[in-house]
Amino acid sequence: MTTLASKRHWASFAIGLVWFFFILWPLMGIKPEGLEFGPALEVWSYVAAAALVLFVLWGLKRQGSLDFIGVPAARLAQSLAAPVRVLPRWALILAVAACALAFPFLNERYAIDVAINVMVYICLGLGLNIVVGLAGLLDLGYIAFYGVGAYTYALLSVHFGLSFWLCLPIAAAFAAVAGCIIGYPTLRMRGDYLAIVTLGFGEIVRIVLNNWMSLTNGPNGILGVKAPSVWWMDAGHWTLVSLRNLSGLYFVILFLAVVTIIAVHRLNYSRIGRAWEAIREDETAAQLMGVNTFALKLLAYAMGAVFGGLAGCFFAARMRFVSPESFTFMESAMVLAMVVLGGMGSIPGVILGALALIALPEVFRGFELYRMLVFGGVMAAMMILKPKGLWPAKRVGGRSEERGHA
Amino acid sequence: MSDAILELRDVHAGYGNIKALKGVSLAVMPGEIVTIIGANGAGKSTTLMTICNIVPATEGEVLYQGAPVAAVSPDRLPAKGLCQVPEGRRIFPRLTVIENLEMGAFLRTDKDRVAFDLDKVFGFFPVLKERKHQPGGTLSGGEQQMLAIGRALMTRPKVLLLDEPSLGLAPLIVQRIFEIIKTINREEGVTVLLVEQNANLALQTASRGYVLETGHVVLEDTSANLLANPDIRKAYLGE
Repeated sequence: MTTLASKRHWASFAIGLVWFFFILWPLMGIKPEGLEFGPALEVWSYVAAAALVLFVLWGLKRQGSLDFIGVPAARLAQSLAAPVRVLPRWALILAVAACALAFPFLNERYAIDVAINVMVYICLGLGLNIVVGLAGLLDLGYIAFYGVGAYTYALLSVHFGLSFWLCLPIAAAFAAVAGCIIGYPTLRMRGDYLAIVTLGFGEIVRIVLNNWMSLTNGPNGILGVKAPSVWWMDAGHWTLVSLRNLSGLYFVILFLAVVTIIAVHRLNYSRIGRAWEAIREDETAAQLMGVNTFALKLLAYAMGAVFGGLAGCFFAARMRFVSPESFTFMESAMVLAMVVLGGMGSIPGVILGALALIALPEVFRGFELYRMLVFGGVMAAMMILKPKGLWPAKRVGGRSEERGHA
Repeated sequence: MSDAILELRDVHAGYGNIKALKGVSLAVMPGEIVTIIGANGAGKSTTLMTICNIVPATEGEVLYQGAPVAAVSPDRLPAKGLCQVPEGRRIFPRLTVIENLEMGAFLRTDKDRVAFDLDKVFGFFPVLKERKHQPGGTLSGGEQQMLAIGRALMTRPKVLLLDEPSLGLAPLIVQRIFEIIKTINREEGVTVLLVEQNANLALQTASRGYVLETGHVVLEDTSANLLANPDIRKAYLGE
């Protein structure tokens, strides 16, 4: 009875409910024609009742009164998880790959559309993860590289008719150059100052795209960007087919996402990845150990931008249209939120983060007007419950051990 | 003193308008342990940061193996055998112990020697071997100091710069760390420049000492003479 009866828990429960009322009532009760208490109280009482049930259940669990259900359930879960754990890693990867490959054949347009979106953001998130998660440089203007990639392909496609596959590396290279140009003046800055400057650069890129009428057609955007095309066996001979249907595009972005994951994984466990982490932990100490912080920070910007550029190139090909309004600060903030929410420096974390932030608003469509409110609440709850992210980065030991000695 | 491995000639340095060093000259011979003692704000840490070219000298020059350090980027110095254990240890808290040590070998390409040196560091500090998979930030203060020294040893230094290794540690741990510093000097032939506030212990460890006051070297002598000097005893040894 000690836990349930303890005054402290009840007090914080009561304060929580009072706080919730004060945040709920102004939203529902303040109307142009006067103040209302009815609807707010009604919603509040539902929430309070649900919270009370959860609170009592939590209290009982802490006290051990629920062990008669909890212990067998945990045992069952463990016995179910045991065969999964003995499966080698390649089996899990194979299972995920099979699901990913079968996905467009088992789902409707809408689901495929959301999946494509998720994978675009996985590429963006993993790219930003290099800059923020590994090198520890807070970048609030990351979406600029997405924009550079998208406009590179859009312009090359419309004016020169270059193919998507040729433009992928060109877009990546342009984004990397943009990363170096933007990164260079910010290299002496740390922390908050860096965040402000990158925020400024992100806006500069968007405003340039918006106002350079002769090149970018300004806010009207660029129309008529070509979809990616592939060689395909059709009626006995190979022809060049333009991938306009969603499942074709799905496989293109799946390919890009897999390339990104493998590349970032390799970087993560390389000498360069370790040096980035050392810079994140303590820049001066890293320099004292012989890390060329100048070159490596610039490389972090460039590598992060490469994946942003790839994603941007795909985005232009998929929409077959680009305009500056796709590259607002809100997008940068979303990508950053994915990295932080998922777990900085963790590849599965960033993937989960992208999945959560793109898929959840779709799931919450049922809430209609309150969709973004619920979304915000869930984001806050996730950060409170899992401050290190959904899947925090794991330290895996020394590289020397992976090589097999020491 | 042309055969000095490390020499400072009338070095001035500072941060913006604040001049921390106002003409520091000192010399360290190969194989020596030399200490710099002084009060807070005397410029001890700045001296070490200037030697590593992190804080560039505005006047005068730092010579390492006869060549000016100013021409070398700070991140190339560890490869030349000049490595610093910075004040406050500054290990990489979220990297594991072994990853921290591997960062010390970042510039090295002789993989077999790296494995050998890793074993040697574990020999000096067995506690690091026990904790090699723990994040550095979860170690105690003394263990973190050992990790910082171990990390610097992984660069295979010729000259090791130590900035206040006794900072915030229990006397017993400090004794042990100083024993190991002496061992490293004796067995590995590493030249040590030691900055300390604990003047008593520093002078017992070193063969010579410099006394720094507000950016100037005010006294330079053998450790035995400095320990016997009544002014020093009064100012730095609490008598």
